[in-house]
Amino acid sequence: MCGLAGFAGGAAPTPEDRRELQRMAATLRHRGPDAHGIHLAPGIGLAHTRLSIIDPATGQQPLHDGTGAVWTVFNGEIFNYLELREELQREGYAFRTRSDTEVIVHLYHRHGDRFVERLNGQFAIALWDARRQRLVLARDRAGIRPLYHARARGRLWFASEVKALLAALPECARLDPDGLVQAFTFWGPADPDTLFEGVRSLPPGHLLAVEADGSQTLTRYWDWEFPDAGAPATFASLDEAVDELRALLLDAVRLQLRADVPVGAYLSGGLDSSGIVALVRQAGIASVRTFSVTFDDDEFDEREQQQAMVRHLGTEHTTVHCTRRDIAEAFPALVRHTEAPVLRTAPVPLMLLSGEVRRSGYKVVLTGEGADEVFAGYDLFKEAKVRRFWARRPDSAWRHLLLGRLYGYLPHSPVGTPGFARAFFAQGLEHIGRPVFAHAPRWATSRRALAFLSPDLRQRAMAFDPLAFQERRLPPDAARWAPLSRDQYVEAKSLMAGYLLSSQGDRVAMANSVEGRFPFLDHRVVEFANRLPPRWKLRGLTEKHILRKALEPLLPSAIARRAKQPYRAPDASSFFEDGRPADYVAELLSPPRIRDAGLFDADKVAMLLAKCRRGRAAGFGDNQAFVGIVSTMLLHDTFIRRRDAAAPALRATGTE
Amino acid sequence: MTETAIRETIRGHILENLMFTDDPSRLPDDASLLEMGVIDSTGVLELVLLMEENFAMKVQDAAIIPENFDSVDRMVSFVLRSKSA
Repeated sequence: MCGLAGFAGGAAPTPEDRRELQRMAATLRHRGPDAHGIHLAPGIGLAHTRLSIIDPATGQQPLHDGTGAVWTVFNGEIFNYLELREELQREGYAFRTRSDTEVIVHLYHRHGDRFVERLNGQFAIALWDARRQRLVLARDRAGIRPLYHARARGRLWFASEVKALLAALPECARLDPDGLVQAFTFWGPADPDTLFEGVRSLPPGHLLAVEADGSQTLTRYWDWEFPDAGAPATFASLDEAVDELRALLLDAVRLQLRADVPVGAYLSGGLDSSGIVALVRQAGIASVRTFSVTFDDDEFDEREQQQAMVRHLGTEHTTVHCTRRDIAEAFPALVRHTEAPVLRTAPVPLMLLSGEVRRSGYKVVLTGEGADEVFAGYDLFKEAKVRRFWARRPDSAWRHLLLGRLYGYLPHSPVGTPGFARAFFAQGLEHIGRPVFAHAPRWATSRRALAFLSPDLRQRAMAFDPLAFQERRLPPDAARWAPLSRDQYVEAKSLMAGYLLSSQGDRVAMANSVEGRFPFLDHRVVEFANRLPPRWKLRGLTEKHILRKALEPLLPSAIARRAKQPYRAPDASSFFEDGRPADYVAELLSPPRIRDAGLFDADKVAMLLAKCRRGRAAGFGDNQAFVGIVSTMLLHDTFIRRRDAAAPALRATGTE
Repeated sequence: MTETAIRETIRGHILENLMFTDDPSRLPDDASLLEMGVIDSTGVLELVLLMEENFAMKVQDAAIIPENFDSVDRMVSFVLRSKSA
């Protein structure tokens, strides 16, 4: 795990080029505190900051193929590197290190750009073909590791985080209104767009090749694919599929345990993380080191379930207790890492947790991330199923009541007011014919925050049609998929890649130089799950049915049967104590600062602040708007307003 | 409390706390709050709270229906009916 940065193009290297690379790398020190390196040659500059996990002794980067013909800097892990290495050695390739990095350069020599299809891992790769003066950027299938790029001054610049690009390209330090509107709708900018003008995010599963003449080709080498609805089954029986899934998950965990440092795990108390820890034990690790977050408030806290699993699995467990004040204090650091607005504070406790992991001497953790996307765990999937069922008979007096079975964990759910639930859930029913029907209500809630934009931005935001935008991004085949498959695709490409794996994943772990690993996102698991009949994933209104069956023998029945509890944290209320906002909130949301930034409507923000101050922001709409505005103002303050004073190296919060 | 005072209290609350605006023309008294997107999933509870806090009334669960809450006009009649009951 690491940070990478660099550029391709331009004439012979100058001393200023080296300083530029050093400045870029300095902003990524939190991603790789253990070592750093630079390679500078005609046409190319590569910089790397290293978090040593595999082959600490000889795995330094930038690394070349032994002849200097192919160079790479790489962030992430190639979990099947031992198998690839053996295969390449049989074909005559000589290895100089024990690292996973070295298989990349030889695989490229052997297979060209298709090398990426052979990798099982989570990675962002920059590869330089010196003979052809050609740059290749590649990103893993699910979008676990970030990779940004920008064209400027006749070069293509790239880096693991935007802040490294800004260190070299101050001209990119302007907020892109489209990225802002996307973030306020989908919870994160939609790649290739980012919050910054001219900065692009390489989409998951894509490879970008830049030739010597500057021409570039973007290729999608992998995507979530599903069979046509009603296609003949490819499994003999559910039982057989369950056994196959269990074996596959065990193999994914076995591969992801590969490291030359100890590997821990997150244990939230739910099915997914409990399953991962149980699989780690199956893989032969008797005593697993586990970590979790606890909260004051019963609404968010899951310590009982966590302790039940700790007892059952006999793990050595550490909890981090997270208060509202902790969230407010750490929030500015969070958004310096996310480089995108967040609508929820939920990433903060995970950033504090990774700090604890690091202090406990661990730099790698396995987590249950991805199971809800791969096996259809979210309420959104169930809600869509009921709403589709209801839409077939809109006059039905009872069909919508099935929605009462969802959202039981929400204290202020519309389900609590049955008389209104029908009218509320009927909103968006008119979109029944659209492929993104399931997501329409969520995006409608998020978009309430757009009402707080300044008038000219608001006009632009209102012209943005999120349904049409996401529908354009669907592959042509999606029209023939089952509705659940389409819902899963949209979820994986919008919320998961754009928010969960980024602001709530890579960024909050790397903030403390910790690498998260996600066995449920092993592409073999995803491909397997995508072939399953939808009813094996969402059975009636029971989510992740086949995953429960697969993990049942390894878990206490209460956990295997437990309904999903979404991970959440206190939002707007975190920023107030006895009705007083945190100092930076009062400052950033003051009318002069709001007007100065030009992004929001100062009067509206003042009314929202007053409402939150009185503790009256109960709904997701108000809370998301408030957190979104605070985070955007912090981003503006950090990356735009104070840019000259900024560009400092972000210190890893847990390692200093 | 007069009908006018009730109406102004309800309008003021919705404008300030749900619509975040001081422009009264944005809120026609007969407009559906659901259709206008003024109330989200928990907005109904905010309206109930508004009633209970400002008009010293207790709203029964069974009364929380769009017929009583989905516009300024409906809320005003609901308060008046409750008061006279």
